[in-house]
Amino acid sequence: MTRYIFIESRDPFESRDTRFVEETAIAVKERGHNVTVFLVQNGVLAARQSANRLARLAEAGVALLADDFSLRERGIKPEELAQGVHESGIETLVDAIAQANTKAIWH
Amino acid sequence: MNERSLTLALMDPPYESANSTTALRMISAALAQGINVNVFAYEGAVCLPLKDQAPHANPVKGTTVEEEDHPTTKAFVSSLLAIGKDSPRLTWVNCGLCVDERGASNVVDGVKRGSPADFFKMASESTNTLVIPTR
Repeated sequence: MTRYIFIESRDPFESRDTRFVEETAIAVKERGHNVTVFLVQNGVLAARQSANRLARLAEAGVALLADDFSLRERGIKPEELAQGVHESGIETLVDAIAQANTKAIWH
Repeated sequence: MNERSLTLALMDPPYESANSTTALRMISAALAQGINVNVFAYEGAVCLPLKDQAPHANPVKGTTVEEEDHPTTKAFVSSLLAIGKDSPRLTWVNCGLCVDERGASNVVDGVKRGSPADFFKMASESTNTLVIPTR
């Protein structure tokens, strides 16, 4: 089993192609792989419960992490995060992608 | 446990994209975890370590250079190269053709000149590779 880490840096309200990450991550998960989506920069705007953007990923069993630094820069508090989204740090991302049999895709 | 290493390909020029900040944070975090890092700076990213960068005052706010304490990417790259001078090691390679196109050869100490062949070699020998493209 390969581990896939999608790094989403784009604002879903500005870049409709964030759907690419959603659809690809779900498709890879359905093929039995371990999949994480790490939200960073404007990508964390999707992490807010009020944005209602990540339900399909959460329901598919994709792990959802949001960069703490990016959240703080944008004034998003942990209690505002959508269900299934966990605050994380850049060190967690680095540790995860520095593992064998892991594919890291930046978007 | 085998030594871990990451190769990052960067393309964004300084002061234009949050990608640069995230990339520098990732390099710092990797070195802090003992992970060797290779950077292949391509296109505008070859200007990240440009020595000619200068901090500036802010006439809108009326602050001096010292008060503004403006961060430059060349200072970040220098600091990271100092942290990664031995073990873990940071290797920073600027694409030579991209440097020539931009007249960006005056870079901080420790930055090497290379080609996409270096990127291929670094990626082949690393635990993993992450490409951070421009849009």
